Amino acid sequence: MSVTPLLEARGIDKRFGPVQVLKDVDLTVTPGEVTALVGDNGAGKSTLVKCISGIYPIDAGEFLFDGQPVTIHGPRDAAGLGIEVVYQDLALCDNLDIVQNMFLGRERRSGLVLDEPTMEQMAAETLAGLSVRTVKSLRQHVSSLSGGQRQTVAIAKAVLWNSKVVILDEPTAALGVAQTAQVLELVRRLADRGLAVVLISHNMNDVFAVSDRIAALYLGQMVAQVKTTDVTHAQVVELITAGRSGDLGLAAEKIDNGVEYADTLTTPGAEQ
Amino acid sequence: MTTTAHHIEPVAVAPKPTVGSHIRDYLSRVGGGDLGALPAVLGLIVLCVFFAIMKPVFFSAGNFANLFTQGAAVTIIAMGLIFVLLLGEIDLSAGFASGVCAAILAQLMAEQGAPWYLAVLAAIVTGVVIGLVLGFLVAKVGIPSFVVTLAGFLAFQGTVLLLIKGGTNVSIRDDVILAIANKNIVPWLGWVLTIIGIAGYAAVVLLSRRRRAARGLVTEPLAVAVGRIAALAVILGIAVFVLNQERSRNVVVVSLKGVPIVVPIIAALLIIWTFILRRTAYGRHIYAVGGNREAARRAGISVDRIRISVFVICSGMAAIGGIVAASRANSVDANTGGSNVLLYAVGAAVIGGTSLFGGKGRVLDALLGGAVIAVIDNGMGLMGLSSGQKFVFTGVVLLLAAGVDALSRRRAAATGTR
Repeated sequence: MSVTPLLEARGIDKRFGPVQVLKDVDLTVTPGEVTALVGDNGAGKSTLVKCISGIYPIDAGEFLFDGQPVTIHGPRDAAGLGIEVVYQDLALCDNLDIVQNMFLGRERRSGLVLDEPTMEQMAAETLAGLSVRTVKSLRQHVSSLSGGQRQTVAIAKAVLWNSKVVILDEPTAALGVAQTAQVLELVRRLADRGLAVVLISHNMNDVFAVSDRIAALYLGQMVAQVKTTDVTHAQVVELITAGRSGDLGLAAEKIDNGVEYADTLTTPGAEQ
Repeated sequence: MTTTAHHIEPVAVAPKPTVGSHIRDYLSRVGGGDLGALPAVLGLIVLCVFFAIMKPVFFSAGNFANLFTQGAAVTIIAMGLIFVLLLGEIDLSAGFASGVCAAILAQLMAEQGAPWYLAVLAAIVTGVVIGLVLGFLVAKVGIPSFVVTLAGFLAFQGTVLLLIKGGTNVSIRDDVILAIANKNIVPWLGWVLTIIGIAGYAAVVLLSRRRRAARGLVTEPLAVAVGRIAALAVILGIAVFVLNQERSRNVVVVSLKGVPIVVPIIAALLIIWTFILRRTAYGRHIYAVGGNREAARRAGISVDRIRISVFVICSGMAAIGGIVAASRANSVDANTGGSNVLLYAVGAAVIGGTSLFGGKGRVLDALLGGAVIAVIDNGMGLMGLSSGQKFVFTGVVLLLAAGVDALSRRRAAATGTR
């Protein structure tokens, strides 16, 4: 695609003490597309997201936003650029209603008083823009919502602020079939509205259902970033589990390290 | 849920609410475990009927006025406690904090000859400082509030003793302070304040309804809005009418009628704190921190500052409660704010419907629960029961209220409304 990437990560390194969690990671996120970020447990998906959202400082590498180098020192910097993350635990207050949750910490005021009508209207417009019709009332407490509806509210909260990049951490992990379909539809709609969406997922069905590109992390390295239409299920699974698949992924000599590393990790368990 | 959505229609495709749907919504909320003020109101009615049957004098105008002055201090302390309870914390020191503030007030006036307003100011500042220290220890140092305020409970009890220099009591002679709990406002002023209150409430309800309607948002039916206003008008009207009756046993010696001065003070505190809790970002953030501290932190809310501030509010309100208690007792002694004051205040908040688990509660709860406690105390006193019996009964009622809270939470969890 000829569209310029909205967010680019180049050569990101991140270590926690002696453990190198991210090694020279590149990631390109394009507006109007869903980029699926896949990888096994411990591959560094969450760490990469936390680096992008400013929670972890990076040890090396740079971020480009709209082609310009930017520094992200904290969540506020990321939010200032228009990067919003929807975490797995959603961070919603059960005892507040949908509107109150969506505006939490960024309430609209007129003078001293909260401007409830404006907030409710904006929340309604945002949800309508996402074609969400499943909630009965915007004034119902979040505690009374289903898992899918909560996810929807969390996503709508991220979209409310004219965000440009929305990163979703396993949005369907705890959902049933119908609700998963709803949320995936919503994810697709975000991209269709021109947002750059990063979808972290373990579920290959979800990945192939909505993503335009797939970025695969393997033991802290970005092994491939390919168009979804160019790969098969099996290839992606191979990339996740072995770091390579045919021409894709790590070169042969590089993979040796990886295999060795993986061996040392798995041997004790295999002996039992 | 599956209403057919027209493509122009916004999100909420719920049908336009009617009086019927409003009542159904309310009933389903209650059925789902969200009881709100219902237990307190029902309890209040049952208790009042019971005591009225046992002792008809319970329903006299004089006793009605007594109820307010008896329950005032506890209710005011409970109002402050609600802020702490909203975060799921507890302040066990509120009772003796009120005692310390009252002792400072009394000593400043008795020994230094300070004018009443300086003494009141000093008492409230003392409360604020106490709250700052407690809040700092809880939020910044990280000691559980139960332990911090338990230490405060012991230390402040000692402080009261030190302040009154081990003496039996310090009397209060200042007319203004004494008037708070012992004098009434003239009947016509009572009516004026009532009318202002009802008109103000009507204006708030109707204006916000119109503003929502102008933006095409869902509004409650006009009948429900008018019903609320009418209910308030009836309750306030009856209360003021009764309080404006002559209560003196001997009218020739002294005339005793009008609303006790402490009532408009409580009303003002209720309005101010309700406004702050419901209509400002600060209040919203208190609920957020009480509901999900991590979510509040990620939303950029300064959780520590909120936690400290609620202790400041609690101790500040305790100071005001202490002043009212001192006024009612005409003196401050070693037991001011002691014995059952704190437990009654916590009980009032919980009986009113504030949850001990945080995130749920209103300032009005303090008033409802305070009324229940005052009615029990007063009614059982009229029946000539001993303190022992009173304590046992109050304990049972508190347990009942906490049980209702816990059970309704369980029910709410089961039905998915919480």
